[in-house]
Amino acid sequence: MSYLTLSLALIFVLIPIFLSKTLKLGLEKDTIIATVRSIIQLLAVGYVLTFVFDAENFIYITLMVILMIAAATQNAQKKGAAIKGITWKLIGTFVFVEVLTQAILLGFQITPPTAQYIIPISGMVVGNSMVLSILFLNRFTSEIETRQNETELILSLGGTPKQAIHLSLMASIKASMIPTIESQKTIGLVQLPGMMSGQIIAGADPVQAVQFQLLILFLLLTTAAVTSIMLGFLSYPTLFNKQMQMLKLDTETNNS
Amino acid sequence: MNTLNDTAVQFKQVSYSDGELQIIKNVTGTFPKGKITTLVGPSGAGKTTLFRLCNGLISPDSGEILINGKNINSYEPTELRRMAGLALQSATMLSGSVYKNLSMPLTLQGEEFSEAAAKDLLKDVGLDTDFLHRNVKDLSGGQRQKVSIARTLVNKPKILLLDEITSSLDRVSQEEIETLIKKINNNYQVTIIWITHNLQQALSIGEYTWVMMNGELVESGESSLLSHPQNDKVKHFVKGDTE
Ligand SMILES: Nc1ncnc2c1ncn2[C@@H]1O[C@H](COP(=O)(O)OP(=O)(O)OP(=O)(O)O)[C@@H](O)[C@H]1O
Ligand SMILES: [Mg+2]
Repeated sequence: MSYLTLSLALIFVLIPIFLSKTLKLGLEKDTIIATVRSIIQLLAVGYVLTFVFDAENFIYITLMVILMIAAATQNAQKKGAAIKGITWKLIGTFVFVEVLTQAILLGFQITPPTAQYIIPISGMVVGNSMVLSILFLNRFTSEIETRQNETELILSLGGTPKQAIHLSLMASIKASMIPTIESQKTIGLVQLPGMMSGQIIAGADPVQAVQFQLLILFLLLTTAAVTSIMLGFLSYPTLFNKQMQMLKLDTETNNS
Repeated sequence: MNTLNDTAVQFKQVSYSDGELQIIKNVTGTFPKGKITTLVGPSGAGKTTLFRLCNGLISPDSGEILINGKNINSYEPTELRRMAGLALQSATMLSGSVYKNLSMPLTLQGEEFSEAAAKDLLKDVGLDTDFLHRNVKDLSGGQRQKVSIARTLVNKPKILLLDEITSSLDRVSQEEIETLIKKINNNYQVTIIWITHNLQQALSIGEYTWVMMNGELVESGESSLLSHPQNDKVKHFVKGDTE
């Protein structure tokens, strides 16, 4: 595809801008920003990847992964601003998920240890881990508020913080994992996954593309489970003090 | 009534504030051991907040609270909360059955609560035993209050903090609960602190009373003080309430 034909694709950007303007949705500016950012970011990544793939140097691969984790943390931490030390908890979670999944993939030789595999897979793992974190944090902060009376009741009856927060924690972990599991049930029927579609368009054998997509799907199940559970268990202790009292959630700072 | 051995709960210059708002202002006073003391005062006086302090759900900004002569900070939080049992006005229920709610205090300690014991408890608070497997969703406000009291009793607290527990009950139920609490007080020497807005009830059930207003303890002593208060503000409050 040439850049000229790609520029024709901007028609798909003009349609929402036009609709937003006529319906006064006020989304024009965000749409333009999103478009410009995606063009710059993806082109940059394209060139960087070409370089990294050519170099096949482990340091570059690690740097790429660190960059991904930094970006994911930056994005997710806004949703957890009410939880103390959320930045480090997110970093810990992303690093753990990335190391765990790559250890299994490379350790069992499921995928070869080349940049061509490690980087896109890491991107999907960290990206999904980020989405899961955001889903979890959103749900957890709202659960804490709505279940405040129950949490205090359990404390007042002599329960520990862990027992008191148990219902909120489990509900949030479950709720954040449901989209991943549900979307897998209808995958292939309702939508073709983006990566598989990309491979098929680029000319890969559909069956091979499917095999690879399955690998990613299974990987994302682990990512989802490990992310919400780990983040949950890292987060809840910061909601209580030493005297097992519930601290006030600083929801003012959680402005989105 | 002021010697250490006769005191269950002692407040020493206790203050508590939430942000800018000072809710409890330099409260000093005692609750005699094994007695029923009522806690009265206008809405927003800080009565519920005082209970949350006793149960350790919040800590004072300054001052000390002693239970049986020991600073409450020296107890394990879970131990303190079982010892100073709290039943709140809101009667929050955990979703599920009445049995689940009654078992919760023991479940939290990894123990079981037998159905037979739960049924006895239901009878004590004046509920039919077939309530045991009802869902709490289907209970009336008064029935929830009764379950909430029963649930607090499961921990066998030495101090019972009752916050307006009879305010949504009819006359008969109210008397049943009063009788039960008096019985618990008598049989097990449990210290009772009872918040009520019903001055008639305060006079009839409690030997002692605390009057709180605007975060301060304005009068305390034998309940008869409510019949002829010294403090002008208390006079006004008593009048307004009994009219
Ligand atoms: N969690 C809280 N955060 C902020 N302010 C609170 C909180 N709980 C209570 N307050 C404030 O503290 C004051 C005392 O409240 P409290 O509930 O102790 O009063 P009360 O005497 O129990 O009143 P009522 O008879 O209406 O139950 C009130 O002004 C209330 O708005
Ligand atoms: Mg109150």
